[in-house]
Amino acid sequence: MKNAALIVLVAAALAGCASKETQTEPQVTDRSVGQPQANAGQSSTTRPNQPTTSQQGNPLAQGQLAQRSVYFDYDSNAVKDEYRGLVQAHSRYLTGDKRDARIRIEGNCDERGSREYNLALGQRRAEAVKKVMTVLGVSDSRIETTSYGEEKPVAQGHDEQAWSQNRRADIKYAGE
Amino acid sequence: MTRILLFLGAMLATLGAHGQLTIDITTSGGRQIPIAVMPLAGESSQPQSVSDVVGADLARTGLFRLVNTVGISPTPTEPSEVNFPDWTARSAEALVIGKVEVQGERIEVRFRLFDVQKQSQLASYSYVIAPAQLRSTAHRIADLIYERLTGDKGAFSTKITYVVKRGTRFELQVADADGFNAQSVLASQEPIMSPSWSPDGSRIAYVSFDQKKPIVVVQNLAQGTTKVVANFRGNNSAPSWSPDGRFLAVALSKDGLTQVYRIPANGGEAERLTESTGIDTQPAFSPDGQWIAFTSDRGGSPQIYRMPAAGGPAQRVTFEGTYNVGPRYSPDGKSIAYVQREGGRFRIATMELANGQVQVLTDGTLDDSPTFAPNGKMILYEAQVGGRGQLAAVSGDGRVRQRLTSAAGDVQDPAWGPMPTN
Repeated sequence: MKNAALIVLVAAALAGCASKETQTEPQVTDRSVGQPQANAGQSSTTRPNQPTTSQQGNPLAQGQLAQRSVYFDYDSNAVKDEYRGLVQAHSRYLTGDKRDARIRIEGNCDERGSREYNLALGQRRAEAVKKVMTVLGVSDSRIETTSYGEEKPVAQGHDEQAWSQNRRADIKYAGE
Repeated sequence: MTRILLFLGAMLATLGAHGQLTIDITTSGGRQIPIAVMPLAGESSQPQSVSDVVGADLARTGLFRLVNTVGISPTPTEPSEVNFPDWTARSAEALVIGKVEVQGERIEVRFRLFDVQKQSQLASYSYVIAPAQLRSTAHRIADLIYERLTGDKGAFSTKITYVVKRGTRFELQVADADGFNAQSVLASQEPIMSPSWSPDGSRIAYVSFDQKKPIVVVQNLAQGTTKVVANFRGNNSAPSWSPDGRFLAVALSKDGLTQVYRIPANGGEAERLTESTGIDTQPAFSPDGQWIAFTSDRGGSPQIYRMPAAGGPAQRVTFEGTYNVGPRYSPDGKSIAYVQREGGRFRIATMELANGQVQVLTDGTLDDSPTFAPNGKMILYEAQVGGRGQLAAVSGDGRVRQRLTSAAGDVQDPAWGPMPTN
């Protein structure tokens, strides 16, 4: 069915992982520790070990589009005002420059609570971001929402500082 | 290969008087049965001591106290060689003796169980086995002793599965119920979660993230083959087998928010069972196959509900507190174990379904994933200790606790396998 798209996504994610070591600091301030390497958004022609070229031609590596994570309060799936701009920027990109692009929004939770329920809570966070984007005109069919629950924390600690980094939804583009 | 070390908790504290001896016990209350397990004659020349395994199995339940056997000489192997007054003086109510004899390539293991006070033999069995079966034979002996003395089936010959996380590497492991013989059946750089045994123990369903999203996979343990059984748009998770092994209840988000569906165990069409505007997940079939219990936050907070196994109106099961999730039925179907939150702490509780009586069994901060032993007597679960995931077990009455500690990494998401079929 969607196998081709899945393979592309897997390849993109693998590239993203491989690029982690070579990436410089993300272009964000406060939450840089917790940000996934979303601005590693090389185009498919860019090799992971050449991160500098990606900074030039790829709009997804620049400005607000380089920011991919929406952070949430505990037990909440409300998209906070401070992330509206980020979500709007991606929505504009998807309805303007990139009408053929597909994205996956991946929800995440902090470690507190039951694993499977957290998986569903993460999915609801991803749905919340998706809802904002569909209201802004992005077609439902271009967005898949999934979740890692509490299984893939970016911050490994067991305190609020770590938890706040892990309560988030990440926007990932197919083909990156 | 990780060997899980087993620690007995502070459970060996003597509970109640044990001066009055009688072995006709079917329920144990807080009492421990004093039992002497003599070293089997000839076992010291074997790679594995049978009596050590039998004693450890029995002691781990918290229902037995091991009586000192030091200084008994010569080792009795026949009823006529047992000096019962000796054992009475040592406060033993039950006695196990036996011998191990090499017969060519095979080994004969013989054991006898006695009621010390009545000076009578309660059981006598002999096994002719391969040397590699010494440990499993010891578990079978422990099962027989346990059943004879408590009236309940033993679960020492069963398997458990769980996920080990080391850094970014995940492994699904299967081990004996005492944590020995751990074997990795799957390794991945992506998370693995929610393993669930098929009723016959031949397959495990689990959630894989190898495709960068949760999908449900069934793995055949003997053949090592895997089959993706749920890979719909969105999340695919929380597999639970129907008692007849034909279906899996799963949580899917293919239609928006997470809801409970039923799929054939070999994959196929998903039939939606819940229709709510909230999250419905963590389904669990009742042992009689009539019900599915699940978690839903349709009422505002996550609570446990149950519905007919084919879908239909759900009734709320939990009412105390604002977080009750992840139900698992006891093997007799009369109670559920689940995770409850109180004051920011997540703990394992049970509820008797007939009267709604709740008992909180654990006192951890982040306890999760309860799973009943197939005899219903112990509940294995995941606890966080010192920032690491560890396995722990608690008796159904909360009185006995064990902790299983891995040498390295986080151990999480346990599932206790069924009784062996032979």
